[in-house]
Amino acid sequence: MNTNQPINQSTGSPITLLTNQLINQTLHLADTALILGQRNGEWCAHGPILEQDIAITNITLDLIGQARNFYQYAATLINESENKNETEDSLAYLRNERDFKNLLICELPNGDWAQTILRQFLFSVYQELVLEKLKNSSNEQLAAIAAKSLKETQYHVKWSSEWVIRLGDGTAESRDRMIKAIDTLWMYTGEFFIAANYELTEVHLLKETWLQKVRSIFEEATLTVPENIFMQSGGKSGIHTEHLGFILADMQILQRTYPGAEW
Amino acid sequence: MINTKENIRSLLQQVCDPEIPVLTIMDLGIVREIICTNDNVVEIIITPTYSGCPAMDAIAFDIKMKLIESGFKKVTITYTLSPAWTTDWMSEEGKNKLKKYGIAPPQNISSRLNKLLFEEEKNIECPQCHSTNTKLLSQFGSTACKALYQCMDCKEPFDYFKCH
Repeated sequence: MNTNQPINQSTGSPITLLTNQLINQTLHLADTALILGQRNGEWCAHGPILEQDIAITNITLDLIGQARNFYQYAATLINESENKNETEDSLAYLRNERDFKNLLICELPNGDWAQTILRQFLFSVYQELVLEKLKNSSNEQLAAIAAKSLKETQYHVKWSSEWVIRLGDGTAESRDRMIKAIDTLWMYTGEFFIAANYELTEVHLLKETWLQKVRSIFEEATLTVPENIFMQSGGKSGIHTEHLGFILADMQILQRTYPGAEW
Repeated sequence: MINTKENIRSLLQQVCDPEIPVLTIMDLGIVREIICTNDNVVEIIITPTYSGCPAMDAIAFDIKMKLIESGFKKVTITYTLSPAWTTDWMSEEGKNKLKKYGIAPPQNISSRLNKLLFEEEKNIECPQCHSTNTKLLSQFGSTACKALYQCMDCKEPFDYFKCH
């Protein structure tokens, strides 16, 4: 018997694998959107120019909204199967680092504008593909959240693609910064396509389409796609970089210090 | 007062979007269903414009207040995400109100599809001087639902309620 099988604390009955898988899948999507949103939010009032400050924070708002929808659904699933009283807030504010299943790339520091843009681009192209798949999921709620989010993500892809081209094919300085950003971030794209044991989407099948799209934008930006470099993974299963703890400290301190505090 | 759906509809027609107060929630097309079991009990099903729209909670509160003021005893607000809201659900009346208010109304959703990179939605009419010689300043504006444009004739910048 599998001793890792989760148990419903009140009834003592095992939680079905399918429910557990669905909860983790939903939390992975929620955590990823939340942590990237939290990072991008650091640009608020610090953007290079006002319009782009507003753009990155609008994208942040979309991501936080998507995260809320996923957390609300995860909370419903958890409460139904484990007889708990989770909410979107308890899931965001009261879980520990090892419980977070976000992609590593989302938790990395923003770096300069080039690095922020490149991360948004690499991620949004991937997120668009994942949401396209989820939109057709047999799970109605995930399909509904995905269809809703997709319309927003399409704007993020367009905006970040244009910026990658503008900077890559821009001045010597902006191009240099884009190349440095690629050096920093590329190793975190490998885990996009390694499925966690809870993932419902066959993410490995998305790799070629993702690479094709990234390559076409990089070509227009006169940038090169790195080949055969070491890829770091772990985020999907809760093994994070040293950066996540600091974000959580920042994000969670208020709810941990004053539990239940509201606006 | 007889609380028919028509009556409820006219009450909801008085609930405005807190960020664009010239539009009612009926104009926006975010009310998806009205379920009225008897004269005192009603359920309103609404859908958000954008996932992160911060106005949703305020809208839900305003709907409740409006209906309770009008004699309903039990008002439930339910959120639905599917089908996803689109600007195509905005009423013609709503579009005219937006224009008068100084915000260019959304074009048909098809104008957003298959846009090339660096290609923008064309022929957005300046709400001040009605010129269509306008250009996109930023795809993201003062709220999630708006883009920032500028008129090249009268030079005024203006909000465009972008296609979604």
